Amino acid sequence: VENVWLLDRLSSRKAALGTLYLTATHVIFAENGSETRKETWVLHSQISSIEKQATTATGCPLLIRCKNFQVIQLVIPQERDCHDVYISLIRLARPVKYEELYCFSFNPKLDKEEREQGWKLVDLNEEYNRMGIPNNYWQISDVNRDYGVCDSYPTEVYVPKSATAHIIVGSSKFRSRRRFPALSYYCKDNNASICRSSQPLSGFSARCLEDEQMLQAIRKANPGSDFIYVVDTRPKLNAMANRAAGKGYENEDNYSNIKFQFIGIENIHVMRNSLQKMLEVCELKSPSMSDFLWGLENSGWLKHIKAIMDAGIFIAKAVAEEGVSVLVHCSDGWDRTAQVCSVASLLLDPYYRTMKGFMVLIEKDWVSFGHKFNHRYGNLDGDPKEISPVIDQFIECVWQLMEQFPCAFEFNERFLIHIQHHIYSCQFGNFLCNSQKERRELRIQERTYSLWAHLWKNRADYLNPLYRSHHSQTQGALYPQMAPCNFLYKFWSGMYNRFEKGLHPRQSVTDYLMAVKEETQQLEEELEVLAERLENLQKSQLNDNKVKSMQQDRSKHLGLSTSNNSLANTPQEYSSDLKSFPSRSPSQGDEEDSALILTQDNLKSSDPDLSANSDQESGVEDLSCRSPSGGGCLPSEDSGKDSDEAVFLA
Amino acid sequence: TDEWRLSCINKEFSVCPSYPPVVIVPKSIDDEALRKVAMFRQGSRFPVLSYYHKKNGMVMMRSSQPLTGTNGRRCKEDEKLINATLRPGKRGYIIDTRSLNVAQQARAKGGGFEQEAHYPQWRRIHKCIERFNILQESLIKLVEACNDQSHNMDRWLSKLEASNWLTHIKEILTAACLAAQCIDREGASVLVHGTEGTDSTLQVTSLAQIILDPRCRTIRGFESLVVRVGLQAGHPFQQRCAQSAYSNSKQKWEAPVFLLFLDCVWQILRQFPCSFEFNEQFLIMLFEHAYASQFGTFLGNNENERSKLKLPQKTMSLWSWVNRSEELSKFQNPLFEANSLVIWPSVAPQSLQLWEGVFLRWNRPSKFLDEAHEEMINIIKYNKELQAKVNALRRQLAEMETDDRMQENL
Repeated sequence: VENVWLLDRLSSRKAALGTLYLTATHVIFAENGSETRKETWVLHSQISSIEKQATTATGCPLLIRCKNFQVIQLVIPQERDCHDVYISLIRLARPVKYEELYCFSFNPKLDKEEREQGWKLVDLNEEYNRMGIPNNYWQISDVNRDYGVCDSYPTEVYVPKSATAHIIVGSSKFRSRRRFPALSYYCKDNNASICRSSQPLSGFSARCLEDEQMLQAIRKANPGSDFIYVVDTRPKLNAMANRAAGKGYENEDNYSNIKFQFIGIENIHVMRNSLQKMLEVCELKSPSMSDFLWGLENSGWLKHIKAIMDAGIFIAKAVAEEGVSVLVHCSDGWDRTAQVCSVASLLLDPYYRTMKGFMVLIEKDWVSFGHKFNHRYGNLDGDPKEISPVIDQFIECVWQLMEQFPCAFEFNERFLIHIQHHIYSCQFGNFLCNSQKERRELRIQERTYSLWAHLWKNRADYLNPLYRSHHSQTQGALYPQMAPCNFLYKFWSGMYNRFEKGLHPRQSVTDYLMAVKEETQQLEEELEVLAERLENLQKSQLNDNKVKSMQQDRSKHLGLSTSNNSLANTPQEYSSDLKSFPSRSPSQGDEEDSALILTQDNLKSSDPDLSANSDQESGVEDLSCRSPSGGGCLPSEDSGKDSDEAVFLA
Repeated sequence: TDEWRLSCINKEFSVCPSYPPVVIVPKSIDDEALRKVAMFRQGSRFPVLSYYHKKNGMVMMRSSQPLTGTNGRRCKEDEKLINATLRPGKRGYIIDTRSLNVAQQARAKGGGFEQEAHYPQWRRIHKCIERFNILQESLIKLVEACNDQSHNMDRWLSKLEASNWLTHIKEILTAACLAAQCIDREGASVLVHGTEGTDSTLQVTSLAQIILDPRCRTIRGFESLVVRVGLQAGHPFQQRCAQSAYSNSKQKWEAPVFLLFLDCVWQILRQFPCSFEFNEQFLIMLFEHAYASQFGTFLGNNENERSKLKLPQKTMSLWSWVNRSEELSKFQNPLFEANSLVIWPSVAPQSLQLWEGVFLRWNRPSKFLDEAHEEMINIIKYNKELQAKVNALRRQLAEMETDDRMQENL
């Protein structure tokens, strides 16, 4: 469709005219005229909702909201065209079969072997070995080998050695969806562990001997402690309501040596509505400070994030400080339980704060234990009530921790944002389906590529320059300040206003420091080369000197003046060394990744709007500043050189 | 320049008690006219030059409100003076830091604003920046909220909202951006005033300079900005910074005007972390000294009082202490790289944050953040060391190579 307007959310003045294309996988908007022909690409799977608004004089507005929090406003001149686009997009954005998803057609030009290598990057058996398992207390169980006991669990499950197949199967029958207690994290220093399950089918009085034995076995696997915590991550009221349906929670009287604890995290429906409310605030056009803070408060979003963090902190403390094992569950044990277990693991074990470790963590607590990615993130057309930002919340928890512990994580914010993006993009096969069983049936590993390999290949873009493996923040457990900590939780504009680049800090400390570090590395190399050359030269001169020492004395005076000349030339030589400087653009890592949308439309400055809101208007122009993060293109290469020269000549 | 001159009209503080002895005014306006203009402006604060934008020769002037009163008095000299700042055929902008409503009410008390009819070349824009007790109450509420030990997330955000502190920040920054925009983008001259021209006027003119002028983002430049726009221009530090937030007695003149200004600077610094030579600690240090200091710099309400108190003779200057290298190193931003461009901050609510370094200073653990800062310094220090080493080697090599060549030639 031609002559379509793409409106800028922040300012009515900056609209771009161009052509809209619909392909099998993307919506593409290509701007007219401009030399660069700016293009905006949106994957169909990212589209969360499409809204046709009342026709105006200029045409028919179409509002597309994306799951990665991009909002695109188009105005299509003809009502009929707009309707066609609308109908097509509705169909394209709601695929019915897995085979329609982008990952089945996406081809990053890797051969078969590279693809297999990619899938092997994260190996969970290796991970349990790293934890020190199997050992005297824990073993791998094949009781679920054909998904015979629990179809949403992986085939390989780690359980206490004393838990026989009979106990496991018995316990599974007493748990929602047969999700019996299994190991999530084991702390080899003190034998304390984190196990996970679903709620027990206790109703008001039911008991199950095998389930009681199962918990007993978990306790015995930690000889250092004579009880375990059972953490129910639901609000008490919700858990009690479940009893009426024959489900519920553990009765302390029936289980020997457990301490039972509720931690009120709300359910997926509350979270969905909360996000909805917060996004409405993010979408406001030039809101006042009060509008914004009120809206943020009313959404309750940060309160929910804090609840998840509090649960994670409770468990991490129990394991690290008290040396007590914990069993975590919610209702089905695949949403809140996954959040809480992974936050606790992250706090406890510095390995999960590395790039590789974080991939492993998501594979372990989310992918393998049957977090319902397809339902929660709406990959296939399904029940809208199943959709909820569960993993988004976990990712935000990680970001909040990064803000409090700037040196503790090997990766940076961009890493988190790209993972969030790809959970929805369906470009890679990792997050397809609702369980391991479904993924195996679809032969995902043979037919699609792994995100982890892609991220790993571009890891230079995701590094946190402040991370050092010997830093105190990268050793042992992290303890976020508990009280009073309300204000420690902040709105994450890098995520929820991700595409409103104008709102973000204009210079990125991360990118700046990465560039400095890269330069440092080059300097180190150059230093070595120079030292070597110098040594060689000295040797040869030594030889020469024996012969020509007389002449040298005479030439000394002249020699000095020439050397000054050549010194003046050095900076140019030097800066050519720096050609390989990274272009420091945030989206660089995904250059071939068409799914990432490169809207750098805030590069153009328009005539400023004086009377009304100078604010955002005025914010726009500055990309000509050499902000290292820039909008992408012009930043730093040249000015980077300049500044280096300046240092040199000084 | 050709268009501006220094005037010593205020040598004995006789024309305007809150102005410095020497001011910059248009060349075409003589001292006699200035005296007349002074009669027409509140507190005799006649329009003077605050900033000259080298790039396009546009200027920012500041003054107090004109004393038009209810019957619309006018003053030919005043009109002539501010018109003298315009290039032929150009228009200018008057930024009134009060809402139209407040400005109209001011007429009843003899104040007022410039009527379009009498200033046809000027367009007036009203921006609403609060004053005095409203700001002070805002600060008290904010500090209360920050010290509240309850664990409820909801109450924290609504208390933050209810304090209105960030709203004030947003308004001040917006007005400053507007002034900067008029000058840099529109190529127009600007006159800024509120009522007395000693508070919001100074906030706006100084922030606009930080946006426009890279020199103001250096340590020396910022110090001289504070001296010029804060101290010499007569911001009544003594009245405004007497008690801070924990005072129960309602001081009429108390207002955190300077703290708001520093907070705004911090907001810009946060958005442009590599464009300032100083760091957050520098701003915090200035905040502390403005309220309680062993130095005389922030004493008194204007130059007049300071010279009467003989402060330069009796006390030490804060600047002489700060500028010693061992102190200075604490305040240097390791990420600084001179940025000669205009920097446009975002004033959207998503972009503004509570200044934790001041308000949560005693309530949050700063260990991990300090460690991060240290890490940054080390990364950059190491880089600089290597650069120096490489340079030295390069030089040595070059020398030896030329020596070699010389020998061959001989």
